[in-house]
Amino acid sequence: MGSAPPSLELRGLTLHYEGHPLFAGLDLTVEAGRCTALLGASGVGKTSLLRIAAGLAAPDAGTVQASDGVPLRGRVAWMGQQDLLYPWARALENVTIGSRLRGEKPDKARAEELLNAVGLQGRERALPKELSGGMRQRVALARTLYENRPVVLMDEPFSALDAITRATMQELAATLLAGRTTLLITHDPLEACRLGHRLYVMAGRPARLEREIAVPGTPPRAPDDEELLHTQGLLMRALLKGRAT
Amino acid sequence: MRATLRPVITLLGLLVLWWIVARFAGIPNFMLPGPAEVARALTAQSGFLFQNMLATLTEIVLGLIFGTLFGAALALAMVFSRGLQRWILPLLLLSQAVPVFALAPLLVLWLGFGLASKVLMAILVIFFPVTAAFYDGLRRTEPGWLDLAHTMGATRLSVLLRVRLMAALPAFGAGLRIAAAVAPIGAILGEWAGASQGLGYVMLNANARMQTDLMFAALVLLAALTILLWVAVDVLLKRLLHWAPDG
Repeated sequence: MGSAPPSLELRGLTLHYEGHPLFAGLDLTVEAGRCTALLGASGVGKTSLLRIAAGLAAPDAGTVQASDGVPLRGRVAWMGQQDLLYPWARALENVTIGSRLRGEKPDKARAEELLNAVGLQGRERALPKELSGGMRQRVALARTLYENRPVVLMDEPFSALDAITRATMQELAATLLAGRTTLLITHDPLEACRLGHRLYVMAGRPARLEREIAVPGTPPRAPDDEELLHTQGLLMRALLKGRAT
Repeated sequence: MRATLRPVITLLGLLVLWWIVARFAGIPNFMLPGPAEVARALTAQSGFLFQNMLATLTEIVLGLIFGTLFGAALALAMVFSRGLQRWILPLLLLSQAVPVFALAPLLVLWLGFGLASKVLMAILVIFFPVTAAFYDGLRRTEPGWLDLAHTMGATRLSVLLRVRLMAALPAFGAGLRIAAAVAPIGAILGEWAGASQGLGYVMLNANARMQTDLMFAALVLLAALTILLWVAVDVLLKRLLHWAPDG
């Protein structure tokens, strides 16, 4: 990562969808070196917000900046809802795909290390179709780590996995991504509670961020932690309330 | 086992049906010869037929190679540049609006009785399904794959070559399968319009001389050629696209 990661500052973001504001004047600071979890129901505009932060879409108004003033381009890694592995590339090639796409020489040794770290040693030559959903998401995590960017944006990266695989992946991701400025969006209160240092609920139309919800302890929190379970309940309530309005 | 047995059973069934019709329907021999007569013609003139089959095969294979390259290049050009796409697309439609059958005599007039006019006919028949399928595949890349490449700082050219091109290969394969199946049409049309060799030429001559058995023999060889070609392309594509989720 090199120098200390910056915080990510989203200021006054406004986006319209089919003539209606999805969010208007939205502010969010993603704290440096921490994981900020953004929780919201489907269709509230979470993914749009993340795409704007990733530079994949432009807002109607507002800015996304790094606290150190350096442009964000090339400093953001993105993990989507699907693993997005290229089916024609083997596991190792998928991990190093960023290098290939930029016309750089792939660092195979580091890619192998990362595949080891996510528990896929010996599967370097496997094609995506030969891997299970959980394994594919591990390759995607290794690919994200290979990019070695200070800022990581995650769009419900584990939502397609079964509950047990998801829990394992959450722990692995929290451990391996520790120290990076991470923005995680999710519709799963448990995931938000387990992974987020900071936690916000996004609700309403236009969507607003409700006040920060504090979860005691450091991520990845145990899924049976009592305080976590309590917060999870509160979050569920907040989400349901957001839905009704 | 079953997969290989089924086509054999179908083929045998068709042969038996043919034999029954030829034998018992009261159709004169010069109109519909039976399988035995055709087999006799096949063996009696095997050298002559084989030579002409090679001529037709050469036309088809050359047409398939150049037609595929041309078709793929057109699709890539249209995807790479919107400006090019605006010029190429109407031409593409025009090329299909003019019936190839009407073009065949013209091509023979311009390019002569030799190989060139037949290969060009085959190219005209082949390139369109390749272009259409490949272009479609290139435009329908999974948006997430493109987003990912974008966040990784990929250039437009590397996205096209390393992501969109690869992702479009299954669609390209579908186009190529169709092309392999229709390729003989182009070659035969060209031979009918004017040629000095080839299975189409043999069929035309045999027909004029009432040698219906020879005509059928050429037809059988042409069908076998088409099927073999299709199977070869299919095997090649399955190897090439072994990574595809449902390949």
